[in-house]
Amino acid sequence: MTGAYRIAGAGRLMPGRAVPFSFDGRAMQGVEGDTLASALIANGVHLVGRSFKYHRPRGFLSAGAEEPNALVEIRRDATGRRTPNVRATQQEIYDGLEAVSQNRWPSLSFDVGAVNDLMSPFFPAGFYYKTFMWPRWAWKHLYEPNIRAAAGLGKAPKEPDPDRYGARFAHCDVLVVGGGAAGLAAALAAAESGASVILADEQAEFGGALRYETGASIDGQAGWPWAKATVARLAAMKNVRLLTRATAFGYYAQNMVAMAERVTDHLAAPHSDLPRERLWQVRARRVVLATGAIERHMVFKGNDRPGVMLASAGRTFFSHYGAAVGRRVGVYTSSDSGWQAALDFKRAGIHVAAIVDPRPEPPADLVEAAKAVGIEVLLGHEVIDTSGRLRVASMSVRPIKGGRERSIVVDALLTSAGWTPSLHLFSQSRGRVEYVPEKRNFLPSKHAQDCVSVGACNGTENLEATLAEAFAAGEHASLKAAKPVARPEKVSGESWSGGAAGAAGHVGKKAFIDFQNDVTAKDIRQAVREGMRSIEHVKRFTTNGMATDQGKTSNLHGLAIAAEMLGKPIPEVGLTTFRAPYTPVSFGTIVGHAKGPLFDPTRRTAMHAAAVAAGAVFEDVGQWKRAWYFPRKGEDMHAAVDRECLTVRKAAGIFDASTLGKIEVVGPDAAAFMELLYTNPWQKLEPGRCRYGIMLREDGFIYDDGVVGRLAADRFHVTTTTGGAARVMNHMEDYLQTEFPHLKVWLSSISEQWAVIAVQGPKSRDILAPLVEGIDISDSAMPHMSVREGSILGVPTRLFRMSFTGERGFEVNVPADFGQAVWEAIAAEGAKHGAVPYGTEAMHVLRAEKGYIIVGQETDGTVTPDDAGLSWAIGKAKTDFVGIGGLKRPDLVGKGRKQLVGLRTRDPKIVLEEGAQIVADPKQQVPMTMIGHVTSSYWSANCNRSIALALVTDGRAKMGQTLYVPMPKRVIEVEVTGTVFIDEKGERLNG
Amino acid sequence: MLLIRCPWCEEDLPELEFRHAGEAHIARPTNLASIPDADFEKFFFIRSNPKGIVFERWRHVHGCARFFNAVRDTVSDRFVTTYKAGEARPVLPAVGDTGPAAHGNVEPKKLNVRKPAARGNGK
Repeated sequence: MTGAYRIAGAGRLMPGRAVPFSFDGRAMQGVEGDTLASALIANGVHLVGRSFKYHRPRGFLSAGAEEPNALVEIRRDATGRRTPNVRATQQEIYDGLEAVSQNRWPSLSFDVGAVNDLMSPFFPAGFYYKTFMWPRWAWKHLYEPNIRAAAGLGKAPKEPDPDRYGARFAHCDVLVVGGGAAGLAAALAAAESGASVILADEQAEFGGALRYETGASIDGQAGWPWAKATVARLAAMKNVRLLTRATAFGYYAQNMVAMAERVTDHLAAPHSDLPRERLWQVRARRVVLATGAIERHMVFKGNDRPGVMLASAGRTFFSHYGAAVGRRVGVYTSSDSGWQAALDFKRAGIHVAAIVDPRPEPPADLVEAAKAVGIEVLLGHEVIDTSGRLRVASMSVRPIKGGRERSIVVDALLTSAGWTPSLHLFSQSRGRVEYVPEKRNFLPSKHAQDCVSVGACNGTENLEATLAEAFAAGEHASLKAAKPVARPEKVSGESWSGGAAGAAGHVGKKAFIDFQNDVTAKDIRQAVREGMRSIEHVKRFTTNGMATDQGKTSNLHGLAIAAEMLGKPIPEVGLTTFRAPYTPVSFGTIVGHAKGPLFDPTRRTAMHAAAVAAGAVFEDVGQWKRAWYFPRKGEDMHAAVDRECLTVRKAAGIFDASTLGKIEVVGPDAAAFMELLYTNPWQKLEPGRCRYGIMLREDGFIYDDGVVGRLAADRFHVTTTTGGAARVMNHMEDYLQTEFPHLKVWLSSISEQWAVIAVQGPKSRDILAPLVEGIDISDSAMPHMSVREGSILGVPTRLFRMSFTGERGFEVNVPADFGQAVWEAIAAEGAKHGAVPYGTEAMHVLRAEKGYIIVGQETDGTVTPDDAGLSWAIGKAKTDFVGIGGLKRPDLVGKGRKQLVGLRTRDPKIVLEEGAQIVADPKQQVPMTMIGHVTSSYWSANCNRSIALALVTDGRAKMGQTLYVPMPKRVIEVEVTGTVFIDEKGERLNG
Repeated sequence: MLLIRCPWCEEDLPELEFRHAGEAHIARPTNLASIPDADFEKFFFIRSNPKGIVFERWRHVHGCARFFNAVRDTVSDRFVTTYKAGEARPVLPAVGDTGPAAHGNVEPKKLNVRKPAARGNGK
């Protein structure tokens, strides 16, 4: 048995395979092809949720994506897979599907939260804004935690998402969004005239409203068979791609449309290779929007009881799924389509209690037809209330002009207040939307991109006109358009005219506009009375249209009521903005593969494995993994770093410097180019020598630094900071291409090509001497700041004599492929001399002991070379370099600039915190006048005390003075010193 | 994602391959060391930031790595044209209303023309 309300002979699913599923633990059966909604209705279940604010019992409003009420949690397995807020009207059932209702406790039929409904007089629109304002502290400690606990429809899963998500890019001549009559016709026309076509629809099957439009006839065929035949024709064409379960949710610049395809949510046991969802990013030459229209409900008291639903939904459940929404169905409609619903039901033998239409004179043919089959017709009447606790039991009807009220027993009530064209994507494409008074709707006006709207989303109200429009659009969209496509000759369908937005006359207190957020007509009126004038304000005050359904059924109602209250025409009150996504999209779909290790690439140096083998702890520096320190057994970080620092100055250390950026500047004008990009003079630097270079931005602030070796008259080997590698290259290319294009220079990034092994310490030369071939590395032949080319262990090398530790030092550049082998050989040789590998932490300490700056640590984009004590690096005779103008600006040369100094704490054991602020007088009132901050601070084992660098206002004039670093629990006394803590004369550099 | 025509590669390519590089046609003074501070301010800090047509620099950083200029409508994100760095500012056809939806149904192919329609005498 697949449900007591499954009607024999109705719908398109029977005879089909029975599919077991459960809702709130109750086992039921549906038929293959059912949605959860249709299967529940076939089983007589209408109560599926509780509303957000008042916890009122709610059933199905719709049969599609616009559903505001029937949101459930789908549980896939015992652990991770729980998806909240799934629309039951779109979720297809599969064997063993487990659905659970939300926002209720302890059970759906008895929900304690429903007390809110009795209290509703105390929860008017704007309640939150007004009530929780005072006392101020209570928001954070009392109101917000409790509101958060009570709020939210579904519960977010706590486990990480176990599923995979796919991504596809696609290009086509024509993208057709929506596979109803209009979309199918447009796709067919475009495809037959030779265009490549993608047709996408959010439902499981194409056909749109033809699923229930029983009055449709196309060349003698009924609507649904025509749709099936058309889909078959399209499927057979090589230039057509058909996508079902694919929601176009965003329309971006230059005809790019994003779609979310649900790949496995309808499968009982998805293959593990399949992604759960797939993001499509489609670039179309032309987009045909055939997104249809969404039916509006009538606004009256008690219009939210389970069993009260849209006429189109009732028809869909019946005509397509064979499930009757009730046995005594009432119809309350101001639009023609409600009448069609009544006729469908009556013809199938279901009792139609009455058709209530506020219009005094609906189209005569509909009235005739209804009377002919024996339906009671109440024209000029309105429904003023309903009854029933968990399901509608009756409706109260009376003439609009006044008169006797009458109660009619119903177990379902279908309503229709007309259709709202789905303008979401058109509006996102930045097309202009205009109000058309004759149609009482907003419709597409001027297009911003190459797209066209056809059918119901264009305000077209009958099938014949829809198909004509769609065929024309499809043909026009094609590339060739040589042969006109054969069109259907005889088309007839139903009228979708009539309907009105808003709430006529007296609608009582509980006449709902927005079901999910419990916004009533009264709330909208109150918002206007309280001074809201723009629809955007009304929206935010009442939360109308702010739920997960984004007001698909409610926005126009709210707008019409606000306009009526304001006494203004609708377009003057305005339309709220349509924003992507059309329906909620999983984060996973947007993220795709870019998560976990694939979120960002990891860069490892050529010697990474050797560092791992040596027990290195790594730190992330940008995308790089850098060896931070090399702890031995029993050592913590401090012990390891102290040992590494001491060993470098006593014997030697080996350091992986491969991550530093390296750029080769080559060409006859290489020196001239270097003169312009760096502050230093380069023309006279002899080949074989090195120089520390400073690069500025045009504003005069330090941008990067590094040692530059001149390999030949026309060849410089430039090094940059690790983090600056890419931007320095960009900066150089920018000037070379756009400001100095006359210079004959070629720039190559060589960061990845050369692995760099720094060997630093008094024993460094002894370690390298037996390994290097063809280079005299004696102090006299190769002094500090020189570079030679030769080989090491048979591998070509660029050998730099340079130092970032203040000791005699070398940097061995070898081709990256040989990096690990050369590292291992040097480490083995070094071990004989007591050398150890050291990491970035020891490197930081060692350079700070010498007062060497790190760009980005001592500098922050507002530090000039002079501030950093590096004015010696500026070529005084130069007439131009990048930054020369900035350096002359009054504020950059004036007094009161922060200058780099050293700090010694009075208590040598205290290590300052980097970033700590410095004051002259610790007794002043808070907020104190801050005169600087600590940029670097370490424990120095070599000095046996803490050391620090700081930027202090006029710091160089404060040598020897005592300053203060106020911390939360104490004030630390410091003395201003020079920046060099070890070997002030620099004698160790030369061995 | 925008499609941008690289005038060096002569191809429409996805925005991911490009990097924006600020306003175009701001020439670096050759005598920066001696210009008055007000001129430096104008050169370095002041940008036009209009609503509508902008001339801007782009770099095809993950492609040919060349810099070029583009004319773009900031309201619609429509590219009027792109041209190589160093070429003169192109003379644009009258644009009129640049508000949303001001551009009729122009086929995307025509949005990025291969060459500037005409050369102006801008610097």
